[in-house]
Amino acid sequence: MPMEMVQTKDIPNLIVFSETLQALAEIDRDILVVTSDSRGSGKLVPFGEKFPDQIVEVGIAEQNLVGMAAGLASMGKKAFAVSPACFLTARSLEQIKNDVAYSDNPVKLIGISAGVSYGALGTTHHSLHDFAVLRAIHNLTIVAPCDNFETAESIRQAAEMDSPVYIRFGKKGMPTLNRTIDPTFRIGQGRTIREGEDLTFIGTGEAVLPCEEAAEMLAEKHGIRCRVISLHTIKPLDESLILAAAANGQPVITAEEHSVHGGLGEAVAALLFQNGCRNKFKIVGLPDEYTVNGSQIEIFDHYGISGKGLMGTALQLLGSGSGK
Amino acid sequence: MTDRELKLKSVEYRQKILRYIYHAKAGHTGGSLSCIDILNVLYNQVMNVSPENFDDPGRDRYVQSKGHSVEALYVVLADLGFFPEEDLLTLCRYQSPYIGHPTKKVRGMEQNTGGLGHGLAICSGNALAAKKDKLPLRVFTVLGDGEMAEGSNWEAMMLAAHYKLDNLCAILDYNKQQITGANADVIGLEPIRQKVEAFGWVVREVDGNDVCALADTLQCLPFEAGKPSFVIAHTVKGKGVSFMEGVLKWHHGVPSPEQYEQAMKELEEARQKLLEEVVEA
Repeated sequence: MPMEMVQTKDIPNLIVFSETLQALAEIDRDILVVTSDSRGSGKLVPFGEKFPDQIVEVGIAEQNLVGMAAGLASMGKKAFAVSPACFLTARSLEQIKNDVAYSDNPVKLIGISAGVSYGALGTTHHSLHDFAVLRAIHNLTIVAPCDNFETAESIRQAAEMDSPVYIRFGKKGMPTLNRTIDPTFRIGQGRTIREGEDLTFIGTGEAVLPCEEAAEMLAEKHGIRCRVISLHTIKPLDESLILAAAANGQPVITAEEHSVHGGLGEAVAALLFQNGCRNKFKIVGLPDEYTVNGSQIEIFDHYGISGKGLMGTALQLLGSGSGK
Repeated sequence: MTDRELKLKSVEYRQKILRYIYHAKAGHTGGSLSCIDILNVLYNQVMNVSPENFDDPGRDRYVQSKGHSVEALYVVLADLGFFPEEDLLTLCRYQSPYIGHPTKKVRGMEQNTGGLGHGLAICSGNALAAKKDKLPLRVFTVLGDGEMAEGSNWEAMMLAAHYKLDNLCAILDYNKQQITGANADVIGLEPIRQKVEAFGWVVREVDGNDVCALADTLQCLPFEAGKPSFVIAHTVKGKGVSFMEGVLKWHHGVPSPEQYEQAMKELEEARQKLLEEVVEA
């Protein structure tokens, strides 16, 4: 049975992140937040008021943010380095590669307002490259939670990880896609949030919601039953879940708030192809062009990362000889 | 350790640096020879770090920001007993952990470095964490003069002063040369003292190839309570070998058999001279 979508109050993952971290910091004095003049954008003002000794400001200096956090982590601190994903993963890429991943300092890199969350602010403020560049770095877990529940859980689990992790999310309110708290949530293991055998949507981060909307419409209007997987962890990839989903040979569509180059889609494609799967396949994401101007939702709609857009993509794949 | 013993160590370390670079046919000769006196004094006279306390959270920390001069660090760590010195015969060989930059695969190394401009930020994090935990440890880094052009150093310098990290000491191995030529010709660094002071650090200048002067300077840390300490160590690239001193090609030059013989002869003469002085004393 398809799981019921929950109409809870839409809370930004950013708020959930901040509240989760406050709860953790209350009981664990080793939790430190490091910000690059980003406590406002990171909704961390309440954190700073409650735990002034557990927040470190470095100013607008992202390289220092990450290098410094590596130094804190190597001394046993649970350092959450928080900065807009666009700056965190580009400006400080060498610090992520060397000081965090290569030196194995278990920093928690938190990329806020990721993807095109800062829609109309333009390309400087978009992070459509982060999965691609970070996937190529050894010893780094990459997580893009889809909703409030996954955000809270991934933050809690990241706090206890003894290896580096990057978590990115957006800033608009997100409905929780699964009413029941899923006690089996684990970083590294994707979640099937809707069962179906005609087609599989594999989404990550805030692109999971449109997958779910597309699946709902396909069921209602066309009687097509789609599986929806929230692949919150881009690396390491949950290979067995993906291969099992593709095993019946039906189409697979990936959706992500990232360039179509080097992200979730290409990771899934490589896995499937190298395992002999020849399913019809489509990567939905941001094409290799100057991104259109607009809000996050308008940009999603423009590029078909929407319920309607993904439904159209599904119908195309199904209509071209897959038997449906 | 007496001044003479420290001097003797420096000469022996120089011999070892050349031996392993010559054997590996690779290495950063000039910079290792310029900074070895600093490492000698740090590890033998100043820091509370040894193989015995290396897992103790209260140990002092050393991060080598100019990672390419790793050979200097290797010979000191081997001398302290972190690993058998003969392991260095595998330097830069296939599957050897003794690569051309510091890695934590080698016991005694605190961080992996090699990209320039990384050490100071990491050390600032170490120093701040120590302050938060009220650990009385100190954190040291050796910076190269060439790498002072990396903006990340100046980001870290602002931060260390802001957080009053007086448990942090950065030592500039100021040999005044980098791979392309003199610092002054590549990108002007001066007036470095005024720049660092303007960033809120307390600066001392010292002959960085004089172990006694270095030891005297580093015994009085912090130079001022509430401020991070910066030592401008004036050094000579290739120090200790007449034909390498101040000659650019030894940045990462490997000696020929004749040059190696000549260099080792000079260093052995220096060593013998020191030994005789010790006997006389």
